[in-house]
Amino acid sequence: MINHELKMIPAREPPIMAVGVLAWFRSNLFASPLSTLATLFIAYGLYLSVPPLVQWALVDATWFGADSNACNRGGACWAFITARLDQFIYGFYPEEQQWRPNLFFAQLALLITWLVVKATPGKKWALGYSLLLLPFVSWFLLYGDLPGLVKVDTHLWGGLMLTLLLALCGMIASLPVGVLLALGRRSNMPVIRSLCTAYIELWRGVPLITVLFMASVMLPLFIPEGIVFDKLLRALIGIILFQSAYMAEVVRGGLQAIPKGQFEAFDSLGLSYWQGMIMIILPQAMRLVIPGIVNTFIALFKDTSLVLVIGLFDLLAIIQAGLNDPAWLGNSVEGYLFAAFVFWIFCFGMSKYSQRLEQQLHQRG
Amino acid sequence: MSDPEHVSHKNNSTPRFLIALLRLWRDASFRPLFMQGVVVLVIVMLGVWVINNTMNNLEHRGISTGFDFLSQEAGFGILQSLVEYDESHSYGRTFVVGILNTLLVSGLGIFFATVLGFFVGVARLSSNWLLARLASVFVETFRNIPLLLQILFWYFAVLAALPHPRQSYSMGDAVFLNLRGLFLPRPIIEQGLLPVMVSSLMAIGLALLFRHKNRQRRIETGKPFSGARLWMVALLLGIPALAWSLSGASLVFDTPALKGFNFRGGISIIPELGALLLALTIYTAAFIAEVVRAGIESVQKGQKEAAASLGLQPGKVLKLVVIPQAMKVIIPPLTNQYLNLAKNSSLATAIGYPDLVSVFAGTTLNQTGQAVEVIAMTMAVYLTISLSVSLLMNTYNQRVALIER
Repeated sequence: MINHELKMIPAREPPIMAVGVLAWFRSNLFASPLSTLATLFIAYGLYLSVPPLVQWALVDATWFGADSNACNRGGACWAFITARLDQFIYGFYPEEQQWRPNLFFAQLALLITWLVVKATPGKKWALGYSLLLLPFVSWFLLYGDLPGLVKVDTHLWGGLMLTLLLALCGMIASLPVGVLLALGRRSNMPVIRSLCTAYIELWRGVPLITVLFMASVMLPLFIPEGIVFDKLLRALIGIILFQSAYMAEVVRGGLQAIPKGQFEAFDSLGLSYWQGMIMIILPQAMRLVIPGIVNTFIALFKDTSLVLVIGLFDLLAIIQAGLNDPAWLGNSVEGYLFAAFVFWIFCFGMSKYSQRLEQQLHQRG
Repeated sequence: MSDPEHVSHKNNSTPRFLIALLRLWRDASFRPLFMQGVVVLVIVMLGVWVINNTMNNLEHRGISTGFDFLSQEAGFGILQSLVEYDESHSYGRTFVVGILNTLLVSGLGIFFATVLGFFVGVARLSSNWLLARLASVFVETFRNIPLLLQILFWYFAVLAALPHPRQSYSMGDAVFLNLRGLFLPRPIIEQGLLPVMVSSLMAIGLALLFRHKNRQRRIETGKPFSGARLWMVALLLGIPALAWSLSGASLVFDTPALKGFNFRGGISIIPELGALLLALTIYTAAFIAEVVRAGIESVQKGQKEAAASLGLQPGKVLKLVVIPQAMKVIIPPLTNQYLNLAKNSSLATAIGYPDLVSVFAGTTLNQTGQAVEVIAMTMAVYLTISLSVSLLMNTYNQRVALIER
């Protein structure tokens, strides 16, 4: 037995430049002369730009008022936004009927939380409802013309409501078309394969704006006289034609990632092509492509702003129109910043969500 | 699988022709043919129906068909044209003007977006925390805001706030920036400039030849010429300089000057082009930055370490090991971004930059009413660009793949 106590010599403090805040500063901001120069340069730039920006956007800003004259504090005129917020959200939707868009928003919020939050049960039902019923329920809710619901013409729709509706309906409708096209492009039948490939390459090769022009001026020529499609529906058809081609390429990526053995396995079990696809291949492939689908949805969400050129009043168009109001002249910076902020929140949120999904996929795989 | 026999044993009552049909239906070579036949039939019928409707509709509206309108006089002016154009030119000419303007903004946009995108992409990987953060903020901000919104912002909020011509911002009395656009001096090519240009070309040729010889020698003997790089620079600068001094040429600039209400002379960049170019460049650069970052990150750490342990200097590691491998990953999505930029340039129509969609699918379509022909021609142009670029891309991918193994 050893009698004397074993004593640890207390560890010496690491050098002051090796740990803590100082070390972090040294290795991340002043690692080399060039790095130091860049740091100083950027810091000076931020010092020059950020305080005046905060001063303009928050400190000196006017938040409420009846017209541009209320904004006399030298800062941002957010009164333009607050005064017209109603219009930016609902378009020209009649005020006493605005509970309907509100219900539409609430429904979306509920579904999104249900699908995104991990702990909620019954995701299958939420997904099924979103993919099959949501577009129709939303359409009838907003359009009305049913017992108990007054008809609200589509030319009164606008703002954020229209943006969301276009993006959602375009997305949900193009999903099944995209899946069929993707299957067709990988089919063994030469005619079907080349038709699907031609369709996909055609729409992916042209800008959305020409597709929208086509939908708004050519589509009425294609159908028999007397049948009238309204402008919103035509734009939606254009968006679906266009979006389904992009969707098809995303789904094709997922199909290609499924090992050949899976196809051979369902063949050898005696399942037919469709049985095998629906029960074996697509469930696996679709799980792989969810991040890709979210990414195309982000692109579509941004692209819905293009309906401005064919005269629909989505969020951007209605703000653009508001800028020309004589009572609110000279607020274009505020208007565009607000629109940018709204779009950014949605797109950034979705892109973070898609990144999270991708990480989960990698961990599982 | 071939159980028609089996079926026939079970129910003898089934008529023979039904069995024959069933057998035909289960025939692996017949069924696909049949299905494809049905699809073709449906599409042909749909096509005939659409064409019929269109013909009827056009007739009722009194719109003529065909491409005769292309030779008619257009009668409207275009803000900017790279070829000679005025109101008396034909609709066909507006098509050409539109295509050229689209190509101009796409080409310029691709150049600037590549430069900015590569810079931001590399900055995102910088060891300097502040720089990397700033690059991330740039990417995440501009990628998530619709391009159309950015175009409108630059055009209506920023460029519209520039001063009037009389109070222009100027640089050295040669460059002017105002509400009407950006005005730059234009070099005038005089006679003496020709020998300089010819000799420059010659110098580039000689330099390339020298580089080739140098590489050959290095491969054969292991020893390159000493000071090869210095020689190259001397070649590239010396020969044109010699030609310059011998010919006594002078470079004269046509500088813009304020005449009346606006600047005349020099090169003028209209604000529509400026706003479109700014928005396209920044938006696409945010995407290119991500492509570049992913490409550089795809090169495994071991590659860099292996190169370093072979004794290569950091610069050589980057040039000989990292960049060639990263480029393989970068180039396909980069081309995609270029195509997106070209297609996105069609948003010009929102601010009135006279690109193909704005001039041809806009004004010409409205004046002639011949929607089908005009839209088809417009789409054909974009489709040709897209398909030819993807064809090039496929060839490139095949070449890269062959080199790989």
